[in-house]
Amino acid sequence: MRAMLRRSLTDSLLIYGWLLAWLLSIGWVTAEEGLRYEDVIRVLSLRDYNTRLVVLSTSLLGVSCGLVGGFLLLRKRSLMGDTLSHAMLPGIGFVFLVLVGFGGNGKSLPWLLAGAGVAGTVGFLCVLGIRSYSRIKDDAAMGIVLSVFFGLGVVLLGLIQNLPQGSAAGLESFIYGKAASMIAQDLKIITLISAIALILCCVFYKEFRLICFDEGFAKSQGWPTGILDMLLLGLVTLVTVAGLQAVGLILVIAFLITPAAAARFWTDKLWVMLLGAAGIGGLSGWIGAALSGLYPRLPAGALIVLTAALLFLISMLFGPSKGVVIRRFRQVRLRRKIGLQHLLRACYEHLEGRQSESGGLVTNHPVPLASLLPMRSWSRKQLAAEVAYAYRTAQVEKSTEETVWLSEAGFKDAAKVTRNHRLWELFLIENADIAPSHVDRDADAVEHVLGEDLVRELESHLEADHIMPGNPHQSEGGNA
Amino acid sequence: MTWLALDTWIVIVGALCAVACALPGNFLVLRRMSMMGDAISHAVLPGLAIAYLLTETRSSFTMFLGAAVVGVLTALFTQWISRFGNVDRGASMGIVFTTLFALGLLLIVQAADHVDLDPSCVLYGAIELTPLDTAFDFKFGKALVQVPRAAVVLSMVVAINLAFVCLFFKELRISSFDPALATTLGFDADKMHYLLMTVVAMTTVAAFEAVGSIIVIAMLIVPPATAHLLTDRLDRMVVLSIIIAVSAAGLGHVGALFIPYWLGFKGTSTSGMMAVAAGAIFVMALLFAPKHGVVARHRLTRVEAQPRGHAVASGK
Repeated sequence: MRAMLRRSLTDSLLIYGWLLAWLLSIGWVTAEEGLRYEDVIRVLSLRDYNTRLVVLSTSLLGVSCGLVGGFLLLRKRSLMGDTLSHAMLPGIGFVFLVLVGFGGNGKSLPWLLAGAGVAGTVGFLCVLGIRSYSRIKDDAAMGIVLSVFFGLGVVLLGLIQNLPQGSAAGLESFIYGKAASMIAQDLKIITLISAIALILCCVFYKEFRLICFDEGFAKSQGWPTGILDMLLLGLVTLVTVAGLQAVGLILVIAFLITPAAAARFWTDKLWVMLLGAAGIGGLSGWIGAALSGLYPRLPAGALIVLTAALLFLISMLFGPSKGVVIRRFRQVRLRRKIGLQHLLRACYEHLEGRQSESGGLVTNHPVPLASLLPMRSWSRKQLAAEVAYAYRTAQVEKSTEETVWLSEAGFKDAAKVTRNHRLWELFLIENADIAPSHVDRDADAVEHVLGEDLVRELESHLEADHIMPGNPHQSEGGNA
Repeated sequence: MTWLALDTWIVIVGALCAVACALPGNFLVLRRMSMMGDAISHAVLPGLAIAYLLTETRSSFTMFLGAAVVGVLTALFTQWISRFGNVDRGASMGIVFTTLFALGLLLIVQAADHVDLDPSCVLYGAIELTPLDTAFDFKFGKALVQVPRAAVVLSMVVAINLAFVCLFFKELRISSFDPALATTLGFDADKMHYLLMTVVAMTTVAAFEAVGSIIVIAMLIVPPATAHLLTDRLDRMVVLSIIIAVSAAGLGHVGALFIPYWLGFKGTSTSGMMAVAAGAIFVMALLFAPKHGVVARHRLTRVEAQPRGHAVASGK
């Protein structure tokens, strides 16, 4: 209990440390920049054309990335976005070189993005190829493609930098993003791509769900899993290409991973999770872009990523389905329940030992703590804590340093708990061939979660209606 | 195109860097944590920025310290989010390093008025310039040998990593293949993991401070993965990965010197070319490795399939 408390304390310290670092950096930035009230209103109400454009683009991008990233997360391929976005660099460089070779200035956005898309596709095909034609695992295949393609991209950029006519300066924006200076053309591209992603996700929802949760089953049912896999990665490539423009090739990775991972804490249902991921992605795009409207000097991509990270942190802590707080709470509650049941059973077994004194029936007597101590591996202190908890829940009527009195309800519960334990032991001995001397441990692990239905079923199975089965270890010892 | 003393030093620095990365990289590949190098090399940006803001100097030692601390923190946070929040390890790695990278960008931009820290320089590195920064020189016969600072630093890293791998070879092997067995044998697989992560973080930071991150990311993964295709024994895999790393560095610089001239360009990035050379070696191994290569596997399946075909044919 104490070790657990200490662990949860260090954990929460870590969490608060992270949170504090985030708040401090925001506060520092605010103090450095100076903030005017009317600015906040102007940006939040989207009054500027430029702010409107940027907020709209990044939110749309967040929605589509969150949606696709959800499938990616469930396929345990989150870092695929990392690989893809790095693998796009040589495509951009190559197209630039070709365009310059044909006499253009090389800055035609649609062509550059097409080059990026083709290079990304080649990249993920390489990953799939390496994975299926050799013993190299997924992660190493992704790492190899990422580094070699990015190296090639750096080589091509190096060639471009040494060209007399072409400056590669504009290409840098693909690495760090240039959300703040987006134009209507960018919004058009993002809208188009988001629409495609949305439609494909809806159309292939069932198929994607299948390969996410049970690829083997999907294959056995005759689904073309390879093609579906490629389709999914194609979608990822598409949204990554769109993201390159807005937030840059490194930060688009966050857009693919963070919202999906955050949404995972809120629900167990796939469609709710996907909607949540899209929502969180859109929200972080919105807030981040609005923040960068307030502080025009700060890179929008970084602000968006930090917003997404904050939303992730909040979800991780307070998510109602898998959040840290709720899980810890459930754990503590379960542990308390188990401790209480152990105490009750120990009391009951002690009272059983005094059966002969009270004329064959098990009746409620005061129980000396000294006789409870050897029944489990608990220290005097732990036992006292369990008794105190039992007193708070009215299972124990009163207690002193040496003795404990069970209440009426506590006695009834003790009988029930002991009975459940014995029923399960009997079941294990008769149906699972576990030796009577070993059965106690196994029963211990399950008895606390036996439901009413299961107990009824055990009763009918073992034909043990309303009787208390004997203690297998004790009767054994007694006979011998 | 002539080969200068400068070029020799570039190859030596590249080879040292490649060996330093490939040594711990073997265990990253075996533990399926290949992307860690990539994550760390992006994530250390705030460490560099904070070290600079605090000390107001670009002394490489404080920068190294800041980056190394953040590098270890990256590994810690990743482990902690994936264990504590039950998130897939790849995803938690992605969340941590993108967040840290964004934080670093913010810090750098915020301090841009008084900082001369170019993020693109950090990412690409400038291995071509390393020979110009000499640590010391000595007379060798008649020639003056000027030893670059990067060569000194990287030799130390190689020595440390070599000692690490030799000393803990048994522990690393068992905890890479079977962490549960490692725990029952009485040494903590978790501790081994953190030790390895510390070594990786230190190597990554030291190497990319000297030569840029792209070589680091490539050399952590590609030579060990190539060696993994060539042999089934861990000790041979480590030795092979070193050989592959050195040849990739040499071939890379030769390629960077000559290939652009054949194509009519002036020159290009050596670090990028070293990554590409490593990739080329990997592709060769992927195709022609004696046992695990695509060709060998294909032949094997054909040989296995053939007798049946023969039997049918001779039966007729």
